[in-house]
Amino acid sequence: MNAITKADIAEKLFNDVGLNKREAKDMVELFFEEVRAYLEQGQHVKLSGFGNFTLRDKSERPGRNPKTGEEIPITRRRVVTFRAGQKLKAKVEEQTDTIKQQTGVTDE
Amino acid sequence: MTKSELIEQLAAKQVHLAYKDIEIAVKTILEYMAEALTQGKRIEIRGFGSFSLHYRPPRVGRNPKTGGSVRLEGKYVPYFKPGKELRDRINASLQRGQMIIHDDETGEEGEV
Repeated sequence: MNAITKADIAEKLFNDVGLNKREAKDMVELFFEEVRAYLEQGQHVKLSGFGNFTLRDKSERPGRNPKTGEEIPITRRRVVTFRAGQKLKAKVEEQTDTIKQQTGVTDE
Repeated sequence: MTKSELIEQLAAKQVHLAYKDIEIAVKTILEYMAEALTQGKRIEIRGFGSFSLHYRPPRVGRNPKTGGSVRLEGKYVPYFKPGKELRDRINASLQRGQMIIHDDETGEEGEV
């Protein structure tokens, strides 16, 4: 599938916002860097119309090496989860039939 | 952190750009990504993560009021997989003792 990248987003800013190529590229880099920096400072990030990035701490739990079956603890860690906002979820859900046709997914 | 705080922060760092342009740029980035997902496209941001759609097959649900069963159609839902740099930096912040800041507990975004 053709994925959208930072270059595509910068192109969009160049075309629609009128930033020059350099500014557009910097803006995209800085946008994602700022979100990372906020999360790194322990802050949840809420972007209305898109979704929320939330942090969660997970305590150590028993795990296994799937290959050897050997028991190894999974260390405590902090993870980020994304929850799409209502508006985005609704828009995606509305388009389900169209997307299914494009990707060839069937329920059978 | 909210969208307006993010705009403020970017404006403080991109002093050569007009505030209005930064505001429009942030909105454009988010709308563009939302639109891409709505069209079933994948988004891959190196060092941050990837957004894609996951399919939830049809299932039989329950009406919580009547207890009757309802057939729920299959649907796509947006999904985010954090990239390595993001995962590592967030995990490192725990290791150095950074607390998670819970400014409010709603967990819901402020929809417009």
